[in-house]
Amino acid sequence: MIQADLNTIAPEIILSIYAMVALVGAVYTGKDKIAGPLVWLTAGLFVLLAAWIGLGSGGTHDAFGGMFKDDAFARFAKVTILVSGAAVLVMGQDYMSRRNLLRFEYPVLVSLSVVGMMMMVSAGDLMALYMGLELQSLALYVVASLRRDSVRSTEAGMKYFVLGALSSGLLLYGASLTYGYAGTTLFSGIIDAASGNAPLGLLFGLVFVTAGLAFKVSAVPFHMWTPDVYEGAPTPITAFFATAPKMAAMALLARVLHDAFGGVVGDWQQIIALMAVLSMFLGAVAAIGQTNIKRLMAYSSIAHMGFALMGLAAGTAFGVQALLIYMVIYVTMNVGTFAFILTMERDGEPVTDIASLNLFARAHPGRAMAVLFLMFSLAGVPPFLGFFGKFYVLRAAYDAGLGWLAVAGVIASVIGAFYYLRIVYYMYFGEEGAHLDTNKSPILWGFLVATAAVMLIGSAWMFGVEGAAEAAAATLVN
Amino acid sequence: MVTTILFAPLVGAIIAGFGWRTIGEKGAQYLTTGLLFLACLLSWITFLGLGSETQHIHVLDFIQSGTLETSWGIRLDRLTAIMLIVVTTVSALVHLYSLGYMAHDDNWGEGEHYKARFFAYLSFFTFAMLMLVTSDNLVQMFFGWEGVGVASYLLIGFYYKKPSANAAAIKAFVVNRVGDFGFALGIFGLFFLTDSIKFDDIFAAGPALAETTLRFLWTDWNAANLLAFLLFIGAMGKSAQLFLHTWLPDAMEGPTPVSALIHAATMVTAGVFLVCRMSPLMEYAPETMAFVTFLGASTAFVAATIGLVQNDIKRVIAYSTMSQLGYMFVAAGVGVYSVAMFHLLTHAFFKAMLFLGAGSVIHAMHHEQDMRNYGNLRKKIPYTFWAMMIGTLAITGVGIPLTTIGFAGFLSKDAIIESAYAGTNGGYAFWMLVVAALFTSFYSWRLMFLTFYGKARGDKHTHEHAHESPMVMLVPLGVLALGAIFSGMVFYGSFFGDHDKMNRFFGMPAHHAADAGHGATDTHGAAATDTHAEVDTHAEAADHGAADDHAAPATDHANDPHAAVIAHGTAPQGAIYMSPDSTVIDDAHHAPKWVKVSPFVAMILGFLTAYWFYIVNPAMPKKFADAQRPLYLFLLNKWYFDEIYDAIFVKPAMALGRFLWKRGDEKVIDGTLNGVALGIVPFFTRLAGRAQTGYIFTYAFAMVIGIVVLITWMSLTGGAE
Repeated sequence: MIQADLNTIAPEIILSIYAMVALVGAVYTGKDKIAGPLVWLTAGLFVLLAAWIGLGSGGTHDAFGGMFKDDAFARFAKVTILVSGAAVLVMGQDYMSRRNLLRFEYPVLVSLSVVGMMMMVSAGDLMALYMGLELQSLALYVVASLRRDSVRSTEAGMKYFVLGALSSGLLLYGASLTYGYAGTTLFSGIIDAASGNAPLGLLFGLVFVTAGLAFKVSAVPFHMWTPDVYEGAPTPITAFFATAPKMAAMALLARVLHDAFGGVVGDWQQIIALMAVLSMFLGAVAAIGQTNIKRLMAYSSIAHMGFALMGLAAGTAFGVQALLIYMVIYVTMNVGTFAFILTMERDGEPVTDIASLNLFARAHPGRAMAVLFLMFSLAGVPPFLGFFGKFYVLRAAYDAGLGWLAVAGVIASVIGAFYYLRIVYYMYFGEEGAHLDTNKSPILWGFLVATAAVMLIGSAWMFGVEGAAEAAAATLVN
Repeated sequence: MVTTILFAPLVGAIIAGFGWRTIGEKGAQYLTTGLLFLACLLSWITFLGLGSETQHIHVLDFIQSGTLETSWGIRLDRLTAIMLIVVTTVSALVHLYSLGYMAHDDNWGEGEHYKARFFAYLSFFTFAMLMLVTSDNLVQMFFGWEGVGVASYLLIGFYYKKPSANAAAIKAFVVNRVGDFGFALGIFGLFFLTDSIKFDDIFAAGPALAETTLRFLWTDWNAANLLAFLLFIGAMGKSAQLFLHTWLPDAMEGPTPVSALIHAATMVTAGVFLVCRMSPLMEYAPETMAFVTFLGASTAFVAATIGLVQNDIKRVIAYSTMSQLGYMFVAAGVGVYSVAMFHLLTHAFFKAMLFLGAGSVIHAMHHEQDMRNYGNLRKKIPYTFWAMMIGTLAITGVGIPLTTIGFAGFLSKDAIIESAYAGTNGGYAFWMLVVAALFTSFYSWRLMFLTFYGKARGDKHTHEHAHESPMVMLVPLGVLALGAIFSGMVFYGSFFGDHDKMNRFFGMPAHHAADAGHGATDTHGAAATDTHAEVDTHAEAADHGAADDHAAPATDHANDPHAAVIAHGTAPQGAIYMSPDSTVIDDAHHAPKWVKVSPFVAMILGFLTAYWFYIVNPAMPKKFADAQRPLYLFLLNKWYFDEIYDAIFVKPAMALGRFLWKRGDEKVIDGTLNGVALGIVPFFTRLAGRAQTGYIFTYAFAMVIGIVVLITWMSLTGGAE
């Protein structure tokens, strides 16, 4: 029995052991000197695990009496998390080493946080959920303040930690309420209690749990840490924040809502829809005022989370499919965009002011074109992939009878298009100004061009993501 | 071979249009002209060797969507063959003529290249027109229909530097849209009821349509009548029939060869062709046919009256064209489609020639078009004079009464007038046409006298330098002159004169043979004919009845009430369909002698009046115009159609457009968007920026507020109350 359980969580165990071995090993050998190879090694391991999970046997396996679930949904999320984590690690390596930020703890912490995320998306129990979430969060608190000598970076880490603690408190309170009313922490037990006319206390538990998770996906009104942390943290870490943890938290939210509270869809649907609308509009409206591209991307991610929540709000299998597709597209777009932001520098110093992009297209037509693709895709302009992501969630919401939500989403995306297109405008028609150097790193260039190409090709063929997402959604909602 | 005919002009157009820089302007001109002559030659071979069977040639698949299956197909029967020779012959000659006419054009400066473009447009037009006439389904026909519309737009506006040419081009396009809307509705309706747009299926469904009612515009209509009427609206637009005719005179802004090709011989006859092509449907729509007759006769009359007083040589011919198109519609309206096609054929020859002749005169007079500045030109440009003379003799219908010897127009026009008498029992249409014949004669001779006789008027210098046109312009005139003289006499029997020949010519079934026998022996046995008719109808009814029974369950859409009218049985044989109990042709053959002589008398009267007005007593027209001032102005201003349309449609449309633009678009839509984009959104942006204080307690407070709101919401709406 325990053998089968261990087999089921083998990837997590391997990654955990790796993280501990790497930590101890690095301490006793070269310390920060071997940080560079360690980053590559970690990224390689991520990719290997992703391949193992993605190409491995299918089916659904429960481990530890249902606390841990290995199903198509979890695998889909895990592959996305691992691949994007690997991409972000590789992208940031050069940036961090040149700024003397590349500590050997960095890949180790990222590995631990990824273990937490994998735990989250496989959680079948409130305990497992909390354990994964805290493991992930603790690692992230530390990496956010990785640049210890920078006030902004430590401030970012501090804010994230304090507010994260508050959200953990909310979550725990919700978990205890849920346990009190359901008598169990297993999702499969909660769903029996939370069906039909569920007791109000249980629903309060639901609200608190949702609020705790909404903090992680930075949905309004639990979003306020996002711009400050994004801006303060070193850019590679911001890139990491914007991708893998979002996927993990969103997947966890979907799992809790469907696995544990699938019987009271009507109750949580309104909350999710409300948060979706607020996120979309706040993300769109507040981003307009930003001049820092990292803050802008923070608001952009808030808006995108709003759209993803719209898919979840549908409460259907198609909605979950739309959510997954949207998240994969979102992660891809963000990897590309941050690959570009990492190249933005002047005299060796990173630049994050969007005005510095003035007439970028004149000096670097190829890169500007790739960024144009990404921005159009983020804005949701056809024929780019971002449009299809939005199209899926809008359709899911509309099919589920949330026509007003779909309309609101369209309006918000029109407002949001402004600031994406403004970046393109600066690049092509801006004013003369101090121009931007770009880092000649072939890795970043490769990521930028590859993601931009995906934005275009993906609209014709989504690399099989549609089918995988459909299968994943089918295991979650039935 | 037909495929070659069809695509030779397209190839020419593409090469000349896009590749003239490689092959040179001269090369482009010769290439398109050569290809057109090839197409023309093949057309005549096709026409002369055509059997009685309708041939279908599949070119390629076009649209496959649901039950709609359309292919590019060629339907080759007599009707197509006639149009093939008309289109390709006139087009080839116009190409040739244009080599001379377009050689020097004052509208273009040094170094501006326009010739290759012009020839490419001409060839493209020819292709579209051939597409229209060869199609075996309505969608392809519509494609050709719109294609000629586009080509016409391009060619009318060929002198795009002239504002008037652009305005005329737009007018032609817009007015035609009105007709096209009807045509499109007709196609939709046919597809709706018969589930097919193939001619064969639609023709076969004719009898069923006649017994179907269709709800349209909150009223129940007889399907056959309504659909035929909608199709006819399309024909009205293209063929410049009354109410949709205003674009045709303005279209004379285009170069003269264009007027000859498009606005005399080919495109404007597309409407007539459509009505004849749809004859198996039209025959079941008696009310629509009566309307066609009425409108055709009215058009013939109105256009002729306007033609009486116009001074621009091309406008006179334009109104003459419109009037002759009215004749053709009368013929179609009374059910003798062959006669309509007959007049279409002869008219193409003599009207193209008149236009090309007029072009030659204009060319000689350095682009002067006002006839009041002509005069006494017959010595200066003798070949052109003789060509115009032949054309005039043809259009006025000169011939020996009661025989079949005469110019082309004599035979075809008289055939129409006799049919009109027979078809309406000597009613409105007949009298309108006779009067129009008188007017035709008057304005045609007026044109001749003003241009070629009398004293030279206008700019002396221009008259001194008037010169005969080059050979490439005269040869087409000569060829068309042959057609104008002989085409009537040669084809009379096949189109109208002889039942046997007609049936064989159009590949129609033989039940008219008996009637022909009566015709030949000149003992008109009404009883015998009636029996025949009865037998025929019975046979058909039985046929259809039987087909109904087994065809209905076989259809895929048995549960769709509208699909119930899907084609049963088979389409009637032959290129055109005349109802078996129609006796119009027969009656026309046996019309009273005074009817047969009447157009001749009208022609003589018109000639004499013109002679008196413009040769004997040149001061007379002015006096007459002064005496009848209101009438004169009424005609000179073309019955005030343009002014009325301007007041009823154009002005209100402009006012509405301006209102929507200034008030609706600029004030409301732009204003709202500007307000939202520049006022409201930035306000919220500032608000959001202010909320983002950077203090951790603010953030925590926002989270607490958020959870309070959510909890409150949940306690109000959710759970087990």
